[in-house]
Amino acid sequence: MTQSVGMTVNGRWVYLTVDDPDMPLLYALRNDLGLKGPRFGCGLGQCGACTVHVDGEAVRSCSVSVAAVANRKIVTLEALGTPEKPHPVQKAFIDEQAVQCGYCINGMIMQSAAFLAKTKNPSEDQIKEALADNLCRCGTHVRILRAVKRAAANI
Amino acid sequence: MLDRLNQTRRDFLKSSGALVVTFSIAGHLSSAFAEAAAGKTVAPDEVDGFLAIDAKGAVTVYSGKVDLGTGVRTALTQIVAEELDVPMARVSVIQGDTGLTPDQGITWGSLSIQNGGMQLRQAAATARRALLQEAAKRLDTKPDELTVADGTITAKSGKAVSYGELVGGRNFSLKLDKDAPAKDPKSYKLVGTSVTRLDIPDKVTGRFTYMQDFRVPDMLHGRVVRPPAIGATLQSVDESSVRGIAHVRVVREGNFLGVVAKDEWSAIKAMQQLKASWSSWEGLPEQSKLWEHVRATKVNKDEVTSNTGDAAAALGQGAKRLKATYDFAIHTHGSIGPSCAVVEIKDGKLTCWTASQATHNLRKQLAAMLSMPVEDVRAIYIDGSGCYGRNGHEDAAADAALLARAVGRPVRVQWMREDEHGWDPKGPPTLVDLEAALDAKGDVVAWSSQFLIPDAPGLGFVKLVAAELAGLPHETAMAPGNIHQNSAIPYGFPNVSTVARRLAETPFRPSWIRTPGRLQNSFANEAFMDELAAAAGADPLEFRLRYLKDTRGIELLERLAKLAKWERRPSPQHQSGDVVKGRGLSYVKYELVRTYIGAVAEVEVDRKSGAVRVTRFSVVHDCGQVINPDGVKNQIEGNVVQTVSRALKEELTFDRSRVTSLDWKSYPILTFSEVPEVAIELIDRPTEKPWGAGEPSAAVVPSAISNAVFDATGARLRSVPFTPAKVRAAIQGA
Repeated sequence: MTQSVGMTVNGRWVYLTVDDPDMPLLYALRNDLGLKGPRFGCGLGQCGACTVHVDGEAVRSCSVSVAAVANRKIVTLEALGTPEKPHPVQKAFIDEQAVQCGYCINGMIMQSAAFLAKTKNPSEDQIKEALADNLCRCGTHVRILRAVKRAAANI
Repeated sequence: MLDRLNQTRRDFLKSSGALVVTFSIAGHLSSAFAEAAAGKTVAPDEVDGFLAIDAKGAVTVYSGKVDLGTGVRTALTQIVAEELDVPMARVSVIQGDTGLTPDQGITWGSLSIQNGGMQLRQAAATARRALLQEAAKRLDTKPDELTVADGTITAKSGKAVSYGELVGGRNFSLKLDKDAPAKDPKSYKLVGTSVTRLDIPDKVTGRFTYMQDFRVPDMLHGRVVRPPAIGATLQSVDESSVRGIAHVRVVREGNFLGVVAKDEWSAIKAMQQLKASWSSWEGLPEQSKLWEHVRATKVNKDEVTSNTGDAAAALGQGAKRLKATYDFAIHTHGSIGPSCAVVEIKDGKLTCWTASQATHNLRKQLAAMLSMPVEDVRAIYIDGSGCYGRNGHEDAAADAALLARAVGRPVRVQWMREDEHGWDPKGPPTLVDLEAALDAKGDVVAWSSQFLIPDAPGLGFVKLVAAELAGLPHETAMAPGNIHQNSAIPYGFPNVSTVARRLAETPFRPSWIRTPGRLQNSFANEAFMDELAAAAGADPLEFRLRYLKDTRGIELLERLAKLAKWERRPSPQHQSGDVVKGRGLSYVKYELVRTYIGAVAEVEVDRKSGAVRVTRFSVVHDCGQVINPDGVKNQIEGNVVQTVSRALKEELTFDRSRVTSLDWKSYPILTFSEVPEVAIELIDRPTEKPWGAGEPSAAVVPSAISNAVFDATGARLRSVPFTPAKVRAAIQGA
């Protein structure tokens, strides 16, 4: 049965009409709302590529259903900042050139932004801990760590 | 912006205020073929194959080499902008489109700059010379009295003419001329500088269109239902099992079983719920007996990769003889984004959007599979998640092609995580036997090695899973290209014999994964070299220098000693305590003809648990002329971190029927807490040829770690991955 679920996505109220309210949020964001920030990586909550903010918390959108986020506030990478006016974490990733293929970078940025919003002046170990469940295959970790440190200093 | 597909993205805002946005969609889809057929040459010996300049002076580069996440698009833009003296912002790059770009070979082997970039440089130099000649005529002067800046050619008189005015929109109609003078590196303004990457702002703000984001109108979503065993036969399908899911179609062709649905989640649910029965199949070897299986495999042929003196005789005449066997586990590519493709078949023509590293080959493979003329197939590259070689992208394309043909609509196939881990072709298991003899003074008198690696007949294509399952024709071969490379060694021993024993079979479809063969072979060679140094009681650096004549190699090692603060002494140290530290060195000249790399790994080993922590890597890298230093450093860091992961942790697991490491829990990779510091020194040689940087620095990583563990513990690790259990066993046996 189709069902309508309302939520705020990137500052706008949206109604999603879904056949299956158990559908993971990721597919609604990507296919119904045309967003490209959150990415499909594993569908298992293991890699972090799909990370979005739900009421300010970093959440794996592949592992939370549309129904579970009804009436919540969702923010994706697109709304964190723009190329012209990037969020401090996005700017730090640009400044450190902390991207190779960039497929994991959505998760790295969204996880870091949620973490830095709560943790001022984190230690390197705290940053590593915050990103412990975010995987990168290109081996961009060295730069990502530098970028998050840089962002921490600028937030 | 970067991606011309982005320009066709349309945002719609419904009157209700709810946000509904369509994805990046192909513009005039039905004319995708017409566009390609509009007469643009793809000849690799024509300037027009590679370059076009429009009336406004905008430069379009047509590159057969593609950016796999390495940043090479930026570097290629630098090369062309430099050679033509135009700002980078005026240059755009179209990559890997069989309808528009020359076939410059697969994007592999660290050749995108070395070969692809140099073809572009030559095309640009040829174009520049022609533009100057034409300008000289128009401005009534000589070409060598003209200056070029910002795409405008100016005479001493002050009169000027722009590229756009000279050639705008018309063909050059010139053959690439290898004698057309390229710019003097002394005058470079862009090449050699760390221009920031063109793709990063869009990638960090969610604006970039990856293959996985790409959509076309009227498109359906497909998924493949994988057999429970690689060689299983499909016996029956119960379509009623998915009847509850809206708009699902089941597609069956031989043993190929797929589902297609209007929306992606329905396709996924149908894939998960579809009931089918399959025959059993147990054609894989037992994993615990993998190396016995490899050793028992029929040898198709022996390739002698180097032969000096008489190694067999000299081995028996030394004072000390060493023998060791090294092995390197089967690895998966492990792309973070599983493979994806979109295929449309319309009016007998097939268009495939793909992140394949080899669109020109994929085109031939799809044509063969569907028995279509190759001219009727167009493959268009769109950047995907990093692939590090031939992963599942081609197979996803073949899946999409079969499904699109069956349903008569464009189909997007997005592999699931278990597809990627389970069904991408694998880095084959590698077994290396080495033997050497030292004389009484500790000098090497003989070196002999054999590499048991899969044969590579045919055209360099990896079989398509869909063609296999469906029983369709395909251009086929076992195909891990060039994995014999770096079996020979860079050291001047009097008697050397190195042989690649080409095996008739290997358990999984073999493929290349970053630094294929060179990684496995260099692991064995450089760790065994360390064994010889230890047997000779020599410092590992001094020992290598003893046998090196190559001045660039010697300079590199001397600079590495400084960078890593190398303490000259033999290994191992004799330490007490549970946690011990060590350092190990490795040196490789890539394929013995290009990029030089040296590295020192520093490790901490917990002798009780067997856990190895790599704390620091120091790398010195000489790839000749550096186009973009930060880009090269990014690649080196990536090589080091990815290969530390492969060396410490990674190993495919399987039972007799199939791969069992189907996710990141069963195939773990390196995480942030395990990442070493990386110190890099680039040796830039602006007047030399530019060589590759995408792979070479991976080659030194496993051996440097193994040698460092030996330095710390006296135990020699000869089997990748260096799991705690293997480390404990080695320590107990040392």
